[in-house]
Formats: sequence, C-alpha cells, structure tokens
Amino acid sequence: MKKMSSQQRSGLVLIAPYWIHFLFFMAYPLVFSVILVFHKWDVYTPIQWVGFNNFIRLFHDDLFFQAIFNTLLFLMIHIPLQIAIALFFAVLLNQKIRGRGFFRAVYFLPVIISGVVISILWQQLFSQETGVLNNLLSGIGLPKVPWLNSPEWAMPSIAIMATWKNVGFYIVLFLAGLQTIPYSLYESAKIDGASSWQQFHRITLPMLNSTMLLVMILSTIGGFSLFIEPYILTGGGPMNRTLSAMLYIYKQAFYFNRMGYAATLGFFFAFIILAVVLVQRKVVEQEY
Amino acid sequence: MMKKMLLYLALVLGAVVFLYPFVWMTLATIKPEMEILGSGLWPSRFTLESYRQVVTKIPIFRALLNSIFVSTVITASVLFFSSMGGYALARLKFRGRGLMLNTILFTMMIPFQLTMIPLYILMIKLHWTDTYMALIVPGMLSGFGILLFRQFFLTIPQALIDAARVDGLSDYQILFKIVWPLSKPIIITVGIITFMNTWNEALWPLIVIRNQSLMTMPQMVTIFTVGGMAESQLGVKLAASMIMALPVFVAYAFFQRYFVESIAGTGMKG
Repeated sequence: MKKMSSQQRSGLVLIAPYWIHFLFFMAYPLVFSVILVFHKWDVYTPIQWVGFNNFIRLFHDDLFFQAIFNTLLFLMIHIPLQIAIALFFAVLLNQKIRGRGFFRAVYFLPVIISGVVISILWQQLFSQETGVLNNLLSGIGLPKVPWLNSPEWAMPSIAIMATWKNVGFYIVLFLAGLQTIPYSLYESAKIDGASSWQQFHRITLPMLNSTMLLVMILSTIGGFSLFIEPYILTGGGPMNRTLSAMLYIYKQAFYFNRMGYAATLGFFFAFIILAVVLVQRKVVEQEY
Repeated sequence: MMKKMLLYLALVLGAVVFLYPFVWMTLATIKPEMEILGSGLWPSRFTLESYRQVVTKIPIFRALLNSIFVSTVITASVLFFSSMGGYALARLKFRGRGLMLNTILFTMMIPFQLTMIPLYILMIKLHWTDTYMALIVPGMLSGFGILLFRQFFLTIPQALIDAARVDGLSDYQILFKIVWPLSKPIIITVGIITFMNTWNEALWPLIVIRNQSLMTMPQMVTIFTVGGMAESQLGVKLAASMIMALPVFVAYAFFQRYFVESIAGTGMKG
C-alpha cells in the first residue's frame, strides 16, 4: 500500500512539467483561439467583439479560397509525384545491390537541410535564362520553361522542388515497408507464372498499404504547412498563384495585424486539414 | 547482367540528381559573382569574396550562436522532460495516467495552424516577443518525445526496476541512474529529431522575433535574402545558406545512419 502511494507521488511529480507546459502552450491557445474568432484585434488597441463577422468575411474572401486552392494544387502534384518516385527508388534499393547504404544516404541528404537553404538554392536552379534546369533542357533540345516567373508553372515548380527535398524520406519509409514483405510470396507467385508487373500490382502494393497511408498522411500534413518556400521564392506571386494558405494567414496576421481574422482562417483551415486526412484514410483503407 | 547495369545506372543517376545541386551551390559560393550564372561548373579562380560580404553585411555569426544556443537548450530540455514523462507513463502506476496518454494523442492531432496566432498573442501578453523565451520555452517539451520514450521504456525488463527498488532507490534515481544509461538509442533518436527541427525552424522565429541580434540562422538568412540586403547578389545569398547548412553536412557525413534511422524510424521530419 505504501509502495503504491510512493508511485502515485513520483508519477505526478514526473508528469507535472508536461501538464504545466500543456496548460500554457496548448490548452490556453486552443481556448483563446475560440474566443479570438469572434473578435477584431490589432494587438495595440482594445479587443473588439464582432460576433460572426470574421466568418462572414471569410466566406467572401476570394483570395483565401484561392490560397486553399493553391495549396490543394500543390498537394495534388506533390503527393503522386513523390509516391511514384519514392516507390521507384525504394524498389531499386530493395534489390540485391552493393552500396545500398550509400545511395540511401545520398537520397536522404536534402531531407535534413533547411527549407530556407533549399529554396535559395533552387531559386538559382530555376533561373529562366541561365539556371541549371533550363540549361539542361536546352541541352537536350527542349524549350526553356519559365518556372517561377509564370503563373501556370510557379506552383508546379515549387511542388517539384518540395518533392526533390522530401522524397528521400519516403524512399526510406517505403524501403522499410518492402523489407517486411516475405520473399516466399514472390516465389510462389513466380511458380504460378505471375509477371513482374503482376507481382508488383498484386503483392507489393497491397502489402505496402499501411506504409502508403503513412506516406499520404505525413506528406499531406507537411504540404498544408507550405510556407517558407513560397515566402522566399515568390512571395506568393505571380498573380497570387503560389500564395499558400499558410502564407496568407501569416500575411493577414503579421502584415495587416488582423489577429481575429487570421485566427478564424487558421481555425477553418485546421478543419479542412483534418477532413482531408480523414478522407484519405478512408480511401486508402477501402482501396485494398 | 543487362538488367543489373540498368539498375545501377538508375541509382547513380538518382544520386547525381540529389547531389549535383549541392555541388553546384558549394562551388558557386567560392567563385567570382560574374561566373555564378555562367554555364561552367568549375570556377576560373577561387575566392572567398561572397563569404567576406556576408560577414560584413549581416551578423551571421551571432545568428549561428543563437541557433546553437536555442537548439541545444531545447534539445536538452526535451530529452530531460520527455524521459521523465515517458518513464512515468511506461513504468509507474498512478491515477491520471490514461488521461495524460489520451491528452498527448489528442494534441498531436492539432495542426499548428490552429494555435499559431493565439500562441503569438500569449507571447505578447507574457512580454516574451523579442526575447529568447519566445524562441525556447514553447518548444521545451514535446508530447511526441514523451511517447517515444514511453515506447522504449516499455522494453526495459521490469525485474531490473524491481531489483533497484529493493535496493532502496527512489523512482528518480532509477530513472536517471539505471534507465538513462540503457537508453542511448532513444536519446539519440529524440535528440536528432528535436535538434534538426529546431535548427531548421523558420516560421516561428519570423513571428516572434524582430530584433536582429536575437535571430536564428533560418530567419536571418531568410530576411537577408528576401529583404533586399543581399542586393540580388547570388554569391552572398548562397554563401549565407552555406554557412547555415555546413554544420548539418558535417554532422551528416559522420552520423548519417543515425539521422536516417531516427527521422524515418519515427516518421518525423522538419
């Protein structure tokens, strides 16, 4: 009995820092965000009750919906591209090869480098007249691409860059998933005369289902946070085509000091994120 | 044989795609400004002019020190508090354990988009904007870190802990004297993830810091690049980025296995 109470006491002491931190930096902001969405506040003058005005404004804010659309467009290019490339290299790395560790380390390198560095570097690679990418394209006889300068190409460009930065992470995840598939499955499939494509389609993909879900959810959540890349590369332009939802919220809050409205946007956007992730989970679970 | 050749060709091509930009960048920082946009990769002569200009234009070493300071304090704090919480959840029977576990799982679902603005307002109310407090304190504890430690501690044999109790050790002594020395793998994992994420974090500093002498590297380099101070000189932008990335390159060269396994093994990345 005495022992129980000593465990009770040390248990509470050990978790006390978590609860204190939670109260200040999670519970308070969560509660305050609910209050904030009904107010107008520029931080300097007294806070002002506005009822549902922030929400009414939100539904008339074309630029916000453009920003959400931009973010979704980014995800729709980024995620399939990333999954295809990551799967491709993971399958290659899963063969009997030498230097697997080396290749894995090289593909993973951009993952650990700051998005700030990657953006500044790619700004030069994307340069229209003299960038590495366009030099490469004209080298093989293709026309130059206006990358970040064109409204149509700007967001796809950022999606390509983000894929280059993150794909190593997903290669490693898929590789780990592939290594859990028993080799005997492929052997019996071969005996039954299944082609490589059939094996990939009927064994590899279904067995990777849980990895696929993890990859989708992680890259979706990461993609919804898209901020520093457009902030550095384009500032949201040209013609607001790379204005991500996160960048728009940031601008509303810190360029225009509209705290209540920015909090409302964050609130609304958080629900979109949750909804998309839940739908993805349903779809992937049904698919296989 | 032919198949094997194609396999290696694809792998090497992939490696070039991931490495070449970094090679280009490194060389661009040590060639004359005029040649950066030229088509040649190799400089006609080597110069540290870009680095010299970065150092004279912005307090980059101050930012480097700030980054080291903030990342180190946060990492040490997260390791300390996560191991405490993780130990309590994994090994102690006390009321409120289930509530705590559920709370952590719940908070991990909350997107930062939701709490970002109110958290900034909390910083204003505490008068923490433009202080190290704003950079450090909100990151000092991580529910995810607690979960990772908990998972690891569940694998430590109960007999070991019972034996220590019989010897009269308190729970705190058991945690720091018996369990910590056995926990190197999880300490490395949580340490690397926390340090990397803090080192690379740009958004939160942009929100709470305006004073140049408090800026960490990502913010300093971002402001320098987009704020016009670099005067559209490519060399200095790239050199500033290089100063920020170099410590990571070096650490990665030595410990790449730990980086890959920690970040991919826990599904966390910056």
